[in-house]
Amino acid sequence: MGPERLAFLSVYRQERFSRRGAGFAILVYLDKMATPLVEVRDVHKAFGTFEALRGVDLDIGRGEKVALVGASGSGKSTLCRCINRLETITSGTITFDGQPLPQEGKALAEHRAQVGMVFQAFNLFPHFTALENVTLAPMRVRKLAKADADAEARELLARVGLSDKADNYPAELSGGQQQRVAIARALAMHPQLMLFDEPTSALDPEMISEVLDVMSELANEGMTMLVVTHEMGFARHACDRVCFMDEGQIVEQAAPDDFFDNPQSERAKDFLSKLLHH
Amino acid sequence: MNQIWQMLADNFSFLLNGVLTTVGLTILGFVGALLIGTVVAVFRVSPITPLRVVGTAYVEFFRNVPLLTLLILIVFGLPDIGLLIPLFWCGVLGLVLAGSAFICETVRSGINTISVGQSEAARALGMSFGTQLRLIILPQAFRTMVQPLVNNFIGILIGSSLAAAVGVSDITNVTQQLNIRYAEAVVLFLLSGAVYLVFALGAGRIGSWLEGLVSTSRIGSAR
Repeated sequence: MGPERLAFLSVYRQERFSRRGAGFAILVYLDKMATPLVEVRDVHKAFGTFEALRGVDLDIGRGEKVALVGASGSGKSTLCRCINRLETITSGTITFDGQPLPQEGKALAEHRAQVGMVFQAFNLFPHFTALENVTLAPMRVRKLAKADADAEARELLARVGLSDKADNYPAELSGGQQQRVAIARALAMHPQLMLFDEPTSALDPEMISEVLDVMSELANEGMTMLVVTHEMGFARHACDRVCFMDEGQIVEQAAPDDFFDNPQSERAKDFLSKLLHH
Repeated sequence: MNQIWQMLADNFSFLLNGVLTTVGLTILGFVGALLIGTVVAVFRVSPITPLRVVGTAYVEFFRNVPLLTLLILIVFGLPDIGLLIPLFWCGVLGLVLAGSAFICETVRSGINTISVGQSEAARALGMSFGTQLRLIILPQAFRTMVQPLVNNFIGILIGSSLAAAVGVSDITNVTQQLNIRYAEAVVLFLLSGAVYLVFALGAGRIGSWLEGLVSTSRIGSAR
């Protein structure tokens, strides 16, 4: 995006509620919808001498579901974590909703509140019940009243199929149930984007599908999602695009059917052939 | 034998005051040390470098200077800069400063037992550093710290006897004064030793009870 367009856009945004507003508002809205929600440009990330990301470019459109696949150590999780700045990047830029990611502080907390994250290890708070896990951030970060937060949390728990577990502590729940609570917890903040960092990798096979079902439903409802996963079935059927990473770079990205049926790069072919052999 | 009973009866209120002073020194010292130690521990794990430096310097100084030295410096040094505080409070101050350095390390190691995932999840939900600590990290950390805190408490209780050397009339000081008058060192110091023993055992029992309490309140994670 050139500087002229940026200046133009900022005028649009200021004019949005003025008298000339209505027409502009629509234009601004259309323009906003046309710009990607997340833009990653030439991002590098080094851990000491190890380069985890080596020049990554990635756009995530509004409402788009992107699967990030690749071998362990290819940088998928690191990229995912960079988008809500759990990892700081060494160079490059990441913008979210047109704004570069803020530095540490209030603005960063606000950014993170708009981005839901689901972890491989669930990371539920063990000293709070399932319901409290979901209501905690809305009450303490968004300052929602307890009654409202409770009501919404119960709805969310019902949505992930756990109405009857609201008062259980995380350790009383199975892995799949814990992960579904974690998804409800993230959704309670009304995020614009959901990041899933290998959400099913720590689960027994029979629990994987209950989590994937919830994620597919979320995808159908139009949530913007970035999903780091080894579940190729999910990547194929629930996502709009598959990005294949290798050695810290996005080597190939394509629509799921194209990627799985007709991979272009040697490394993607190699990766897929290994998957199919087992 | 009768002489000894007579001595104890004659000086009952004197001894009782000594015991109360020891209890006061210990409880005020422990509570103050717990508060300041927690704050310093937060400094030591904070993302802000100057705070970490201050926290580390604090711990390294107060942990590595003998309590007696500290007490003498407080009692004789503070008046030199125009601060005249009662002897009892000088004793409390010394115990708080020394105790907090040890408690800081207890709290910090408690914080370190909580997995990084907990703070990442809290950050990902938009919680500030303070909210994270208050709601997520410290409540979990304190559960792992009950027994080490009992150790710190006993350290402060036993350390409080050094306040006797700078003139605070705690049980040790009172005992020494009676010893000078009656020359009954063994009996008197057995008695004052027993006072410390009883309080330390009591603290241990309260610690075990607290530990049981916090583990039943999280039946879930106890499994």
